[in-house]
Amino acid sequence: MMDRLDVRKTYKLYIGGAFPRSESGRSYPVFGADRQLLARPARASRKDLRDAVRAAREAWKGWTMQTAFNRGQVLYRVAELLQGRRAQFVQELRDAGAPEPEREVDASIDRWVWYAGWSDKVHHVLGTVNPVAGPYFNFTFPESMGVVGIVAPETPALLGLVSRLAPAVVTGNSLVVVASESRPLPAITLAEVLATSDVPPGVINVLTGFTRELTPWLASHMDVNAIDLTGVPEDQLDEVEAMTAGNVKRTVRARVDDWFDDAVAQSPYAVTALMEMKTVWHPMGA
Amino acid sequence: MATDIERVSDQFSSSSAVALLGRVPSVDAVGLEERAASLAKRSIKRESKLWALDLAIRCVDLTTLEGSDTPGKIVAMCAKAVRPDPTDPSIPSVAAVCLYPALVPVAVGQLKSTGVHVASVAGSFPSGLGPLPGRLDEIRAAVEMGADEIDIVLNRSAFLAGRYRQAFEEIVASKEACGDAHLKTILEIGELGSYDVIRRASVLAMAAGTDFIKNSTGKIGVGATLPGALCMMEAARDFFHQTGRRVGVKVAGGVRQAKQAIQYLVLVYETLGAEWMTPDRFRIGASTLLNDLLMQIHKERSGAYQGPDYFTID
Repeated sequence: MMDRLDVRKTYKLYIGGAFPRSESGRSYPVFGADRQLLARPARASRKDLRDAVRAAREAWKGWTMQTAFNRGQVLYRVAELLQGRRAQFVQELRDAGAPEPEREVDASIDRWVWYAGWSDKVHHVLGTVNPVAGPYFNFTFPESMGVVGIVAPETPALLGLVSRLAPAVVTGNSLVVVASESRPLPAITLAEVLATSDVPPGVINVLTGFTRELTPWLASHMDVNAIDLTGVPEDQLDEVEAMTAGNVKRTVRARVDDWFDDAVAQSPYAVTALMEMKTVWHPMGA
Repeated sequence: MATDIERVSDQFSSSSAVALLGRVPSVDAVGLEERAASLAKRSIKRESKLWALDLAIRCVDLTTLEGSDTPGKIVAMCAKAVRPDPTDPSIPSVAAVCLYPALVPVAVGQLKSTGVHVASVAGSFPSGLGPLPGRLDEIRAAVEMGADEIDIVLNRSAFLAGRYRQAFEEIVASKEACGDAHLKTILEIGELGSYDVIRRASVLAMAAGTDFIKNSTGKIGVGATLPGALCMMEAARDFFHQTGRRVGVKVAGGVRQAKQAIQYLVLVYETLGAEWMTPDRFRIGASTLLNDLLMQIHKERSGAYQGPDYFTID
């Protein structure tokens, strides 16, 4: 009997709803827990990052203009698809050496659903009607910031990524994500999930490659409004934070020891950290 | 080939021009597209890129051709033409502003003694199908108001119907109406159908004495394409070899990114040579391109990718 031909997978970037290889043609080896070669995903260049920011900027207008309810529905649908790919995520995490793959995938999906629910609630919780002197209605409400860069933590590769990505995207930001360098495969699978979901192309862009190489370009990019530095190595942090000053980017960084602990790793403040407060003075009759 | 053609000063007589058209060689479309594509892949880095970006700015015809243009918009655009980046005096002025005749006086007032030219479209832009006397009057009026460059359109209706003589004589008459002003003739290559026809239209316009051939009005779907521009440049090169006259090339319609502008500069250099790498012989008609050129210059200098929030809206 003849053996089937080995169908090997090419792991690519996710930019603007498409799966391109790196513009540079580069890739890098990723090894499993037992030091065997798992894959050679694309090693994104600064130009790939630039393209991703452009795609994110383009997609932002439509995404942030959708109703909060609609965004919540779209993100809940992603959770449905994540559930359908559960076995694949578990396998990838196990190959990469994650200690509790099943628990991590379940926690990731639960967290995604939890953040999706915040979509149409955050405005009510955070928005205010302000008492002011004079004949005005005065409102304050949170809005999305624009393009947000996310440097995902190295581990846990899926749960850490989801914990930082979901609160950023739920309010209407569009994202450029730098995936875990040593364990990028779950992020690539997540990109495949997003591509088949109702999340519009360009709203979430996923780059794989060298975190140290990509982060400075993301941090200094003048068209990125905020950046999550959770995955930036400790010794590069000062340099990167200085670079964010160029356009006064907002920077956030989660310091989490136990990503499974809901009390620490998920919070509505992770959502509001990447929002801008807008106050409107509306004249009313005397 | 040039020797057997009867020449009237810089121009051909209509019969010799029509005869010349019959001898225009056909264009190898596959080869042309391949060559344009391969030249577009050339990598221009660092100092060369900065030099190219600087030249591209100096070659820009900053354009607004909307029915809704107001004097206020023209004043703002002229300010941007003179100092594209108000915070950086090392950025050069653009070559010209390009607008409708009615707004020429506004631009002339703003650009006095700045070295920035005022280009006006005229001659029933963008169709070119008004009565000829009216079209010539429009040109004369624009020149009288102070425009020193005139962009007219080729009469495609006559040209495509095979009435070459009429199309030719209209350009000759337009050139005459221009007086000292430079004449650019728009071929609207998106409407011409094939490279052979683009090449023939280029030769017709050059023989009629136009100073520039320009590819597009920017008013139709297909504007500037690299192979289309290359086809025109090759026609200009061969025309120079035949007659010794250097005709400029202007690309317009959809050139929005610095990268595209550099690709066109590469085409110019490789086809027409360094002699054409000047605003006197090469122009890019554009509106949004200028900001992208500025962003690329800032990116090269600062090392950080730039965002549109930090550049003036045009």
